[in-house]
Order: sequence, then structure tokens, then C-alpha cells
Amino acid sequence: MSKKIAEHNPGRKIFSSKIATVVVWAITIIWTVPTLGLFVTSFKSDKDILGEAWWNSLLNPNFSFANYKGVFLGDGTESLSSGVLPYFINSIVITLPATIFPIVVATMAAYALAWIRFRGSNFLFFSIFALQIVPLQMSLVPLLLLFTGGAHIGSVQIFPALGIAGDFAGIWLPHTMFALPLAIYLLHNFIAGLPRDLMEAAHVDGANHFTVFRRIVLPLSIPGIASIAIFQFLWVWNDLLVALTFASGTEEVAPINSKLASLVGQYGSGYTQLSAGAFITIAIPLIVFFSLQRYFVRGLLAGSVK
Amino acid sequence: MKRKGLLAVTAAAALSLVASMVTVTSATAAVNCDPYAGYKSMKGKTVTIFTSILEPELTTLNTAMADFQACTGIKVKIEGSNQFEALLPVRVKGNNAPDLAWIPQPGLLAKLVETGKVKVAPKSVVANVDKYWSKSWKAYGTVKGKFYAAPFGSNMKSLVWYSPKQFKANGYTVPSTWSEMTALADKMAAKGQIAFCGGLGSGGATGWPATDWVEQIVLRDHGSAVYNGWVNHTVKFSDPRIVSSMEKVASWMQNPKWVGNVKGIATTTFQDAGKGIPDGKCMMLQQASFYGNIIAESGASISPTGDAFAFYLPATNSKVTVPVVGGGEFTAAFASRPEVVAVQTYLSSATFATSRVQLDNWISANSGVPLAAYKNPVDKLSATYLANPKSTFGFDASDLMPAAVGAGSEWREFTAWFGEGKSIADVVKAIDASWPKS
Amino acid sequence: MSEFLSENLPKFSSVLSVIAAFFIILGLIFAIAGRANGKKARPIALTIFLGPALVLLLAGLVIPGVRTILFSFMNPDSNEFIGLGNYQWMLEDPNVKTIMINTILWILVVPLFTAALGLLLAVMLDRIKHESIPKALLFMPMAISFVGASIIFKFVYEFNEPDQVQIGLLSAIVKFFGMTPSDWMLSKPLNTFLLMIIYVWTQMGFGMVILSAAIKGVPADIVEASALDGAYGWRLFRNITFPMVKGTFIVVLATGVVGALKVFDIVRTMTGGNFSTNVLANEMYSQTFVQFDQGKGSALAVILFLLVTPILIYNIQSLRKERAHN
Repeated sequence: MSKKIAEHNPGRKIFSSKIATVVVWAITIIWTVPTLGLFVTSFKSDKDILGEAWWNSLLNPNFSFANYKGVFLGDGTESLSSGVLPYFINSIVITLPATIFPIVVATMAAYALAWIRFRGSNFLFFSIFALQIVPLQMSLVPLLLLFTGGAHIGSVQIFPALGIAGDFAGIWLPHTMFALPLAIYLLHNFIAGLPRDLMEAAHVDGANHFTVFRRIVLPLSIPGIASIAIFQFLWVWNDLLVALTFASGTEEVAPINSKLASLVGQYGSGYTQLSAGAFITIAIPLIVFFSLQRYFVRGLLAGSVK
Repeated sequence: MKRKGLLAVTAAAALSLVASMVTVTSATAAVNCDPYAGYKSMKGKTVTIFTSILEPELTTLNTAMADFQACTGIKVKIEGSNQFEALLPVRVKGNNAPDLAWIPQPGLLAKLVETGKVKVAPKSVVANVDKYWSKSWKAYGTVKGKFYAAPFGSNMKSLVWYSPKQFKANGYTVPSTWSEMTALADKMAAKGQIAFCGGLGSGGATGWPATDWVEQIVLRDHGSAVYNGWVNHTVKFSDPRIVSSMEKVASWMQNPKWVGNVKGIATTTFQDAGKGIPDGKCMMLQQASFYGNIIAESGASISPTGDAFAFYLPATNSKVTVPVVGGGEFTAAFASRPEVVAVQTYLSSATFATSRVQLDNWISANSGVPLAAYKNPVDKLSATYLANPKSTFGFDASDLMPAAVGAGSEWREFTAWFGEGKSIADVVKAIDASWPKS
Repeated sequence: MSEFLSENLPKFSSVLSVIAAFFIILGLIFAIAGRANGKKARPIALTIFLGPALVLLLAGLVIPGVRTILFSFMNPDSNEFIGLGNYQWMLEDPNVKTIMINTILWILVVPLFTAALGLLLAVMLDRIKHESIPKALLFMPMAISFVGASIIFKFVYEFNEPDQVQIGLLSAIVKFFGMTPSDWMLSKPLNTFLLMIIYVWTQMGFGMVILSAAIKGVPADIVEASALDGAYGWRLFRNITFPMVKGTFIVVLATGVVGALKVFDIVRTMTGGNFSTNVLANEMYSQTFVQFDQGKGSALAVILFLLVTPILIYNIQSLRKERAHN
């Protein structure tokens, strides 16, 4: 219904839709050309890529699926004997919890910071924002030590040795930690913008914070949560450092991206196979993007003016 | 429909997996276990190795160790990463170290020893190293008087890659002295050919090939004593002898007559630099023994009469006999379980080195490897120089220097020297200033 | 087949059970804690909502952050205090000066450009038919891993001698217009801006998606009301739309600053920090993980932290204002 209003109401148009269409598509084309280069490269052979520009290959095509075949089915080497499929599965196994956990924890924290009044809530919020800048490279060693040895004050164990280094859980936990500052910051922006009278009305009706969170905050923040979930998914999906530090690059746990990085090979010339691999790995994030895109709808808040 | 497609892929992947399992089991039947009689059977044990070596070499290493694994029951798991140098110290400090690691820089080994997590080499390994390696190779695996890491693979850096076919077509002969080489380069320049190509680009390690060039000339001009003093900074970069060697490098690899676009060397990747050799786009490239694999990627044949081959980089000073710059990896252990010691011992044995050498593309300084085991003519040539008792050997200096210099200021300043025309005086000043004080 | 399944199916079932367990435990906690009332209700709610995040942040970022600050006053191996030595090095080393200038350039140019372009596209996408197709294409670079992006830009910025075939897109375009291409990565100060383009290309989708979500959150009736008052085009944007998404715009801007400060992989793969393109985060990485100088690396990390404080202060002020309005 709200969409209808937008389409029939000229007042909503800042730029007339014709100009907007032209500008959007022009930028889209510029934005897509480099990717097209990668796409063409993924069908070429290593020998060709340095001798011929990729746009010329479009004119006299000499394409083969060999790169994709090698990446999918294995190329005869030990570490890619069964193709990238096992690594693909690892990526999914890593990414699902590493997206869900931080989003849930961050939504709860963002709600508390925005709608539960307590002393120092502003200070806490900005401290969390500032934590974004702690380079995660600096966290690797202390976190590994925590996972392998626990934490002690003197001889008292205050945190158990989880023994999860090298395990999937050892990847989920750091990802959750590193995602929180940005996720809390972004979600706070969404949740703090929810209409105050809605919350107050609920509390007057006797709802507690848990009910308000479940019944009002969660449904109304879906667009925000969905967009942040997409990005968290992407960051984890494309991460290299955390996976390689807390697990290892073996077939049991390593995600696809770490495999991709080593596809260049010892002699640094596996560009074409790598291009094919890069394309295969885009597929899942794009599916996630499309499936979450339907949550970015207008008008969830229509009718409830602040 | 879609699901069916996915299933097909899954099935195919699974089939190839099963196929590879089958080949392994059938191979076991024919294995001769005599060379491994000294090792106890340790079925079900696993040893992890972390390395900077990637495919296709990982597969070859695994094949070389297949018999050992079949006979002892130990499963060796090798993990290769191009982030090795950064990741290993993090994992070691975080108590998540692998059992073994192949470390290419003695400087990195020394850093890791400081953490207290590296195990001193067991007796069986010491025995092997004393038997098969020279004292200088053992010294690179020694930190503060204690021996930790046995040498693993080696590479020979004093080579010049060229195309025998192109040389033949142009009527050139392989030079055997420095002046013959410069005369040949002049001849090529007169014909409008690019005599030497070069590339420093290597991501975060950009600049390392230039450190190799300077090392070649320093060792050639001044011999071991000055070279070792340079490594320890008792001979500074600003020392007139080092400066004169750098000037010689400049007159060689920064000579526009021979190399064409000098600045372009700084932005060309070292892999791309030599790709034009088989076609005669450039005639010569100073690079290490492994470089043949890079040229061969595009289908070129590597042989004394083929598309590409290498000759020994000539000496510059008759007083320094057969100068050879080389490098290598060292096996460091972070665990001392019996199966780890067994693998460590096996890796330092002549049995392993020979079985790996026979699979091609590998050089060992292990004296127990017969020269006849080398199939690849470049590897054989390299091994001959490494084994030559008259050779004046210098281990890659930048790998021995403190990381702040050998993996920091030297890379950065040499890249600026080529790419931005920074003067030698300014380059050496900046590097000397960056040498750690303590 | 069975081999493959028996190895990978347990992975799926265990990950699903972990996620299920997570939600069941959460639901139980909510149900139990929800029964509390009276004076204790608020502190209990606060603990449950905020506690997990704080514990995770403490272990994952606060402690490592404090450790980093301590290390910045220590020697390379972090076993001896050396006072301000590492900071003194930063003042004296000529390379650090270039690094600081570049980093400041990055945080001035990149966030503004990324956010502005993101806003422009978000606004325009709202006005066109079939917005999901261009949106997905514009978003795609974000989905490409950096390993893939580095190849893409190799084939954009690659340069060959002017008389040879250009396989780099930029060189070819320049040649097409009759000019001579140059070795882009050597051309100062253009090279730094060329590296920034890579970042903008990969990250613009973030601002676009977030701002697009915010624009869709602008209640339709407000827009209708102002349209009836005669607000069209630019005026509508300036008076209604932008004020409503300003908070989000600042969020995107601030995130862009943090992202630009932390950028290192682009610089590392394209130039290795050479040719005056180096930035703080790359130098921090080199010092810590390549040259093994934990002290200098940590000191550089502390400077990163200090550079973000102006944004922090601005954010605090704008939030205060916002809360004062409510």
C-alpha cells in the first residue's frame, strides 16, 4: 500500500525518476565493469591473461570451463583433491553462528543502551563505539592465550581454558567479539529511533523490558537487523585472518576464502583459477542479499509518527 | 532440478575422494618398509606441519612422505599459507603452535626461540645433521649455541635465467665471466633487445629481489668475511665496499641501456618479470633456482636447449672462488612427542631428501643425496654448486639480518632506490639508521 | 559419497543444534527473568541485556587494547619498558611523516566520498523501477573477497610500456583518448587516490544499503504532508528526507572513518606501502608481524586510536543534541 503512495505521489520525487534511472544505471555500469573483467578472466587460461586484455577476449572468445572444473572437482593436488566443496561447507558452518550470535547479543545491548535508563549509559555507548578502532590483529594473541590457557589472577582460575582453538567454536567466538562494537553502534541508531510513545504505552500496559524487546523492538528493527546481518555475514564470509589464526587451513575447518588465498599457489600464477574461485564464493552472499532484501520495505513505521 | 545438479556435483566430488582413497590403499601393498625399520610403528598418531610452501609443492611433499606414513602409521598433515610468517609467531605465542614448521628465515627462528616454545633438536636429528650437512648449514639452525632446527630444502640464488632457443637464434653464447656478460648485454642493447629484466613487486615483501642482487655483488666483490660482517652490521651499509657494490648493481640492473624502463622494475611483480624470456622480450633475468617453475607455468620447456634455462652468475673478483648465494628452510619443532621426533628425524635423513629430490623441483644441501637423483638439469646444476667444496657460500643476507632491516628498511629503501631514484647515499643512511640499537 | 556425507553432515547438524541451543537458553532466561518485578526488575533486565556484550567486549577488545597501550611503551619483544622511545621514533622517522599525511588524506576523502555516493544512490534507487537489480550489482563488490578484488584491480591499474598492448583498463582508456599511460602505482600523489578508489568501490555498498533502509523508514505520511505543502525535489530532500536520515548519514560517515583508518590490505597488495602510499594500519601490520617490533606496532595502533577521537567527540555532541530534542 505504501509503495503505491510513493509511485503516485510526485512530491516524493526529489530527482525525477528519469534522471534517477539514467544516473543509477550509469554508476551501476561503471561499478560492474571491473567485476566483468574478473568474470572474463575466470574463463581464460593463465597463459592468455598477460598477453591479451580481457575486453579483447570478449571480441574473440576462447573460453573454457577448466578453471571452474578444477575449483569444483579438484585439480589433482593434495589440498584440493575434492575441490572447494568441503571448504564451502566449512564457510557456511562458520558463518551462520558467527552472524547470528553477534547480531542477537548486539541487538540486546543496543536496546539496553537506548531504552533502559541507567547512569553512564552514554559513556558506555561511546566507549563501545571507540572500541571499533582496536585493531583486531592486536587481539589475536591474547584471545588465543585465553582459549588455550584460560585466565588467572594469581593462581585462581577466573576463566576456564575453553580448549576451542582449532575448533569451529574457536572461530565463532572471536568473530562475535569483533563484530559487537560496530553492530551495537549501528543497531543503536535504528533502535533509538523507534517511537517513544509506543514504548511508553507498552510499559503503561504493564509490559516488562523482555516483552517490549520481543514484541515491539525486534519486529520494528527488522530492516536494520537485516542490513547489518548482511554485512556481518559478508565480513565473516570473506574473513581470512580470524579463521587462519584460531583454526587452521586444513580441510576439516578452513573456510573457502582461506583456500582461495592459497590458490595463487607457490609460483603465484593461479590467477585464473582464483578468479573462478572468487566467483563461486560470491554466490552465497548474493543469495543472502536477495533473500534479506525483502525486509528492506518501506512503511513499517508508517502511521506512528514520532 | 536444481537440487539434482547439486547432488551430481556432490557425488562427483565424493567419487574423486573415494578414488584418491583407493589409490592410497593400493599403493600401500607395494611399499618397501625396509628404510623405515628404525622407526617404531605409531599407528593413529598425527603430526601437523605449518609452512609457507603452497601447491603444487605440498602434494609433492606428501607423496615423498607417503611410504614413511604407510610404514609407521603416522599421519602427517601439512598446512600451507601465504600468511605463514605473520601467523606462525601469533600461533606460537598463543599456545596454538603446530608440531613442526618449516621456517625460511634463520632470523625468524631466533625470534621464535626467544619465546621459549621451540624444542631443542633431539639426538637423532643432531646425528643426522652432523652426518649429512656442513657446519655452516648447521649454524643457521643454531641459536645462542643451541641447535634447534635441521635444514630442510635449499635454493640456489646465483643463477641467471635465459632462453637457449633465443640465444641460439641470435648467435649468443653463455657468458662465463662478468666482463663477458656485460659485453653480451651491450651486444643485445645494440640490437634493440632488453638485456636484463627484473621485478621487485611482491605485495608486502616488495623489494626482496633487489636485496638478492646486492647480496650477489657484495659476496662476489668482497668474499665471505665482508659478507658476514655486513650481516652482523660490523660492516655498515655506508661502508665504501658495500656502497661500491651497490654502484655496481646500479650500473647493471639500473642501466637504461640494458633494462629499458628502470622505474618499471619496481612495479613489475617478480613473477611477471621473467615471463617474456621464452619469447625473447627480454634476454636475461637474475633469479633463484625455483624461478624455472614460474617460467614453466606458461608451458615453456626448461632444458639446456629449451625455452628457458639458467647459467651461473659469473664471479666479479678472481680472489673470491665460486661465490654462491643460497637460502633454505629449517624444520623447527614445538612439540616433543615420540611421533613428532620420528617425523623430525625422518625429515633430516638422506632417505627423505633423496625421495623428495627424485620427485623433481627440489634441492637439498644434504650430502647423502646422490647427484644422480636429480632429474631436473637446473636443480642438478644448483646442487653441484652447493656441494662444491671450493664454493664461497653466503646464506641470503636479508634473511639473516634483523627483521627490522632484512624484512623492513632494506626492502623499502631498495624499492625507493629503483622506483623513485633515491640516491645510494640516502638509501644506505636510512638503512643504517634503522638497524636495531641493542 | 557416503564418505563425504559422513564427514560433512555432522558439521551441519552440530551447527544447527548449537544455534537452537543458543535460542532456547535465551528464551529460558527471558522467561525466568521476566517474572522478576519491583525494584529488582530493572537491574536484572540490564544485566541480561548488556552483560553478554560487555563480557565479550572485555575479553576480545578491552583487555587486548589495554595490553597494546602497555606494549607501546616497551621494547620490540615486550619484556622491558623503554618509556616514550617508540613515540620518539615516530616523530623522528621521515617515513612516518608520509604515513601520517596519507592516513589523514584517507580519512578526509574516503568516508565523505563513500557516504555521499551511497546517499545519492540510496535516494535515487528509491525513485526508480526494478531497484533491486542495480542495487544488487552495486552491492556486489562488497561480496567479492579481497583476494578477488586484488586481481580485479591488477587488471585495472596494470601498465605496460606505451608501445605495447595495455592489459590494464585505466591505461587502455587513457590510450584510447590519445594520451600516454603512465606507471600508475609510481605516480605520486595520484597513486594514493587510485588506491582510495579501490576502497570506495568495495565499500560504497555498505553506505548505500544502510541509507536505503533509513530512507525507507521515513514515514510516508510525513512526505505526503510536506508534498501537500508544496515541497518538491531538492527542497523536499533538504527539508524532509535529509534531516530524517541525517543520523544514519553520520553513522555511515563515522563507520567510514574507522574503516579508512584500518585499511591495510589494499595498500599491502597493490604497492606494499612503497612509493609514498603507506598508511598507518599497514605500517602497524608490518612492524608487528613482519619486522616483529611489537613496541612500534603498538605505538602506531595507539595513534590510530587517537585519530578516531575527533569523530567520537562529534558523535557525542550530536547524540546529546538529539536526546535533548526528544
